[in-house]
Amino acid sequence: MIRFEKRPQPSRLSSLATPLLAVMATMVFGGFLFAVLGKDPVQSIVTIFWEPLFGEFAFYYRPQLLIKGAPLVLIAIGLALGFKAGVWNIGAEGQYIMGAIFGAGVGLAFYPTESFWVFPLMILAGAFGGWMWATIPAILKVKFGTNEILVSLMLVYVAEQFLASMSLGLLKNPEGFGFPGSRNLQQYASAHNTDIIAGSGMHWGVVAALIAVIFAYVLLARHRLGFAIRVTGEAPRAARFGGVNPSRLILFCLGISGMLAGLAGMFEVSGPAGQITIDFNVGYGFTAIIVAFLGRLHPIGIMFAGLLMALTYIGGDIAQSQLQLPAAAIQVFQGMLLFFLLAFDLLTNYRVRIGSSEFLT
Amino acid sequence: MTTPLLSLRGLNKAYPGVVANDDVSLEIGRGEIHALLGENGAGKSTLVKMIYGLVKPDSGAMKFSGASFAPQDPRTARAGGVGMVFQHFSLFDALTVAENIALGMENAPAMSQLAARIREVSESYGLPLLPDRIVGDLSAGEQQRVEIIRCLLQDPKLLIMDEPTSVLTPQEVSILFETLNKLRSEGTAILYISHKLEEIRTLCDTATILRLGKVVGTCVPADTTARDMAEMMVGTTLKTPKRSGSEPGEVILKLDQLSLPPASAFGMPLREISLSLRKGEILGIGGVAGNGQDELLGSLSGETRASVGMIEYKSRDMADMGPNARRKIGLLSAPEERLGHAAAPDMSLIENAMLTGATREGLEKGGMLNWSAAGDFADRIIEAFDVRTPSAANAARSLSGGNLQKFVIGREVLQRPEVFVVNQPTWGVDASAAAAIRQALLDLAKSGAALIVISQDLDELMEISDRFAALNEGRLSQPRPAIGLTVEEIGLMLGGAHDLETAHV
Repeated sequence: MIRFEKRPQPSRLSSLATPLLAVMATMVFGGFLFAVLGKDPVQSIVTIFWEPLFGEFAFYYRPQLLIKGAPLVLIAIGLALGFKAGVWNIGAEGQYIMGAIFGAGVGLAFYPTESFWVFPLMILAGAFGGWMWATIPAILKVKFGTNEILVSLMLVYVAEQFLASMSLGLLKNPEGFGFPGSRNLQQYASAHNTDIIAGSGMHWGVVAALIAVIFAYVLLARHRLGFAIRVTGEAPRAARFGGVNPSRLILFCLGISGMLAGLAGMFEVSGPAGQITIDFNVGYGFTAIIVAFLGRLHPIGIMFAGLLMALTYIGGDIAQSQLQLPAAAIQVFQGMLLFFLLAFDLLTNYRVRIGSSEFLT
Repeated sequence: MTTPLLSLRGLNKAYPGVVANDDVSLEIGRGEIHALLGENGAGKSTLVKMIYGLVKPDSGAMKFSGASFAPQDPRTARAGGVGMVFQHFSLFDALTVAENIALGMENAPAMSQLAARIREVSESYGLPLLPDRIVGDLSAGEQQRVEIIRCLLQDPKLLIMDEPTSVLTPQEVSILFETLNKLRSEGTAILYISHKLEEIRTLCDTATILRLGKVVGTCVPADTTARDMAEMMVGTTLKTPKRSGSEPGEVILKLDQLSLPPASAFGMPLREISLSLRKGEILGIGGVAGNGQDELLGSLSGETRASVGMIEYKSRDMADMGPNARRKIGLLSAPEERLGHAAAPDMSLIENAMLTGATREGLEKGGMLNWSAAGDFADRIIEAFDVRTPSAANAARSLSGGNLQKFVIGREVLQRPEVFVVNQPTWGVDASAAAAIRQALLDLAKSGAALIVISQDLDELMEISDRFAALNEGRLSQPRPAIGLTVEEIGLMLGGAHDLETAHV
């Protein structure tokens, strides 16, 4: 009989090994899934993981890695700070949308004035938009004890309606021949989030993501606030005893994750996406949840996890076009990653024992 | 010669890195109350778990009524006639007494029949209990009665009791003893685990003493002094803490009509608690668990805030001060629950040293934490309080309860508190470590600090306090000088016997 025995100390080795194990298991079972769909499993896996980095068109895909990875990392860093404290912001997608609307809105308000100050103002507005949207569930939780998971998630759908209304109404391009969607910010130099080095994919959002990684690392390792976050997640009563104010911590965690998600939305709308449209959001806010856990809620881990997730996105696109794999199969593949990670996570805190059963109370 | 009811021969049980039971043999006859003595970690729990079928021995044999006995699980043990009352109750607060009892039975009868049976058993054993009361509303003593009746309904031949009196008032204890004596006269054997040696001397017929998993002796408790038994348990001579006897100084902490609403549905409110605490004195607060101890500590530590005018420390009002602001000016505390309240279980001792030491030990500067200073502080605690751990980097949950307790107390004592509030300072700590902790508390008072020691161990309170008060239903009795208080007086202060009556023998 197989039993799980709680370890006296969480194992450091398995905490590092589980993400790798999870990736490998995903490859094996994903390959099996692709085989059932009638595709060559090895070729599918190679297409997803190898083509974007070293294939024939890698010069195009490599910058894409940064473009898709940056918003994931930026959002996941914020989410991880909350998750570590036991504050579950599931609505980053909505905060991402609100950041984009606020950022683009400020940019479009200045159109066509060319000034150095337009872009910094848009950054502030984007951060504010996301922060505000996340502060709604925070205040409701602190004041009335509502569940932040439900409120933040439901606000995603409100934000989506708001996005539709904006692209059809207030922010609609007056010279757009009646098509929905705002002006394209890529064609407005002061508001355009350009590549810092042309063709590298390295836009200001990538810089922001790197700063966020470093900031979060220092915060968690060295700062009182990061310590408060960790203790609250581990033992809320001990945190209170240690002087942590739970309400303030909830406001901070939701606020900062909303702010980072808002920034991600703002960098996306002013750069790779270019404009506010009805289908502007593509699920970065939800995928970032996987990224945060895949990266063990650790800033450096999240950076690698974000890049890995971006790789499966890009590789998945290639597999769709070259091998005619259905999009749903790619999503299942990405979901498997989180599933296996959580399953292998058991090994960090438990040890597997095979042998006769024994009851312990 | 009659065969003993239960006989254990050469039982062994090892866990990775530790031998819990090493060649343990003992015999219990019918109608015998047999005490099992030993420090924490001596192997008492493992032994009774083997008898109750929770743990299987590695080798050795058990015989019950002369027949070979090897219970696979608690169910077979119960079917064979072994009942056990655990120290920690496994009851559902929101259910009634009868529902709780039905949940623990294999073939629960209809609720009305069961209620009648409960009334019958509670009548004849002097354990009054109404089957339709909600468990959450019962006192700890009454909850224990639910557990005992649950066992008695199965007609056990052997009843195992793990520290049954730790939650009872003296009056409740004497009533429990009446019940146990009645069971003894009916031929039921009782295996009785306790740290309270005086109790064992009055109640038990024989005692087996365990140390480090081995039987180190047996004795007839009535003919042996408590000190001799304690020294057999510890293996060395005991040091009795020395009292300072210094004169108390000026008033440093004052509570004036401190009242707080309960934190949860089954919580206890604090009702108009007034006291003044002087420098250099130890105020002992006794009481049965759940009568407002946690709430009182929380209001002093700053976890819950009282209104303006209720708590005054060094002539400053504490209403808007949080835990760290209070620490800064010398008001420190140590809660009862070690894992999850006083310490974060999965965090290292270094991180746990940071948890309360950051402000006073200068481990933090402008929000940035100095981990190497925290490491030094943790090492100092480990050194000064003899905390047994491989290193300060070990997780708090990997330490034994007693060692973690030493760490938690040491962490606060080394921060030189001016007022130190502690709840259950030696709960679950072995005799020699408990003596060391009590000595540290006495030394602290001698150096001029004022202490409030909340405890359920009355012997401990009598040993160290200058004044004694009791918490009952969230009310604090008038503090009285501890010297000269009799057990009866203390019992009455604790709120009497909670409507108990003795067994109809």
